[in-house]
Amino acid sequence: MHTNIDKRRIVRIEETISETPTVKTLVFKDDLSYTAKPGQFLMIWIPRIEEIPMSVMINSKDGYAAVTIRKSGIGSTALFDRKKGDLIGLRGPYGNKFVLKKSYQNTLIIGGGTGLVPLLRLAYYASKKKIKTTIVLGARTKREVFFEKIARKITEKSDCTFLVCTDDGSYGIKGTTVSVMSSLVRENIFDCVFTCGPELMMKGVVGLATENSIPVQASLERYMKCGIGICGSCCLDSSLVCQDGTVFNGRQLSKILDFGISYRDKDGQKINYA
Amino acid sequence: MLASGILGISQSIFERLYHENIGGIVTKSISVNPMKGYPNPTVIPLGGGSYLNAVGLSNPGVNAFSKELSQNKTIPIIISLVGSSEKEFSKMVKIFDKLNILGYEINLSCPHVSKMGMEVGDDPEAVNKIVKSVRMSTTKPISVKVGVGSIDVVELARVALDAGANIITAINTLRAMSIDVETMMPILSNRIGGLSGNAIKPIGIRCVYEISKKLEAPVIGCGGVSSWKDVIEYMIAGASAVQIGSVLGSTGPRIFNQITKELKNYVEKKGLRNISEIIGIAHKY
Repeated sequence: MHTNIDKRRIVRIEETISETPTVKTLVFKDDLSYTAKPGQFLMIWIPRIEEIPMSVMINSKDGYAAVTIRKSGIGSTALFDRKKGDLIGLRGPYGNKFVLKKSYQNTLIIGGGTGLVPLLRLAYYASKKKIKTTIVLGARTKREVFFEKIARKITEKSDCTFLVCTDDGSYGIKGTTVSVMSSLVRENIFDCVFTCGPELMMKGVVGLATENSIPVQASLERYMKCGIGICGSCCLDSSLVCQDGTVFNGRQLSKILDFGISYRDKDGQKINYA
Repeated sequence: MLASGILGISQSIFERLYHENIGGIVTKSISVNPMKGYPNPTVIPLGGGSYLNAVGLSNPGVNAFSKELSQNKTIPIIISLVGSSEKEFSKMVKIFDKLNILGYEINLSCPHVSKMGMEVGDDPEAVNKIVKSVRMSTTKPISVKVGVGSIDVVELARVALDAGANIITAINTLRAMSIDVETMMPILSNRIGGLSGNAIKPIGIRCVYEISKKLEAPVIGCGGVSSWKDVIEYMIAGASAVQIGSVLGSTGPRIFNQITKELKNYVEKKGLRNISEIIGIAHKY
């Protein structure tokens, strides 16, 4: 087994799972990825095309891991198009992790779209520690709801509630994750909220948690070149998502002015979220 | 000092580094227009503290970057400049000269972008013109960053100093390549990049030694510095200051504070009044 996370491993894609027409999960064997902590990411090399940071998806087989891609840019589309048997490169896992404190008894997990990837790994660890968990998966519409089966499987044996909401009400509860969270926090006492998804959604989740004095942790995403704290592409104010994150707590986020406001483009210019 | 190309695009990051006891910060190389750089992979950790990169000089360009630095008051920032012609350099200097900055480092040695960096540095006439044009546009100190290209590093440094540069920074990364044996493909999208980190330190030491022995100007050492011992070695070779870059990939910004403390211990242990006493001691041998 490799122990140097920087060392590039070339792995064969052993299975592909179509989640929606634009979202796919690729399964591969890699010990370091199998033991990745929730919130950590891999730098995935699609030979001669791109290298992109991806959260590590869990897989039920020992020694296996996966990545779940939504096709959008050149890199993610190329990775989406990989087939069973194709080779990809990996380095990492890099970054910090979601922290499950021993004192936690009841936690809330809020994921938007592929943002659920690190949260499912977290839910798996939470269920092993017998922490009560409520998972909220948000999507715009029924067609974009995925991971429901795997989320139910992870949580079936533990004291866990799984809720799906869609913006248009075509599946599950009608409403956004933030509106669902809003009613949940009125009726429950949560020790911590964990979130990952579109940044503006996370901004809402973090704001609501903070208003209700609930500790919150969010896993952020940024464009990266190196993944290891050299290039500076992923900076939010003075924090680097790759080295200081990907997970930041509510206290840290309250001081990061860029959170939910702006990100850096490939050339390093600040761009505001629309 | 922070070497150019590392973490160098954000004023907030510069402030964080400043609190780590950094002596100076060289920004990423800035060009007239924004550059997106090459697609990934652009940075490859090779193991053993060495790295290969072909970022492709990605930077926000002179206008966005001068806005980024507009509120700077106390941080000792040196702007790295890159371009193809003397006009581009003088245009940038006219804009940057209004900011609170220490000076400039002219990048004549990036080994992986055409018509910029080393392709300019390998042409003594172009070096002469560019350095002269920057000299005409500013009274601030100018360092020229040289690398190992097709002309002798001491000759290149001499041309730069004769044209009005005050300082030489040596060295930049070295042209290098890495190929994956499973896929049989070059890893960098640009195929060829620049080698940095531990592997190039002895070459950097040699260049600093030769330049500082033969020429009068102060030399800033750069290349493979990861500990206080490397800083001392560069200074003994003739460096008046030392830049640190690639090692941040394994340590993060705290390396500056750590090395500063360890250098103080060394100065005490050796009974020196000032660390500058060791600069160029190796020239005796």
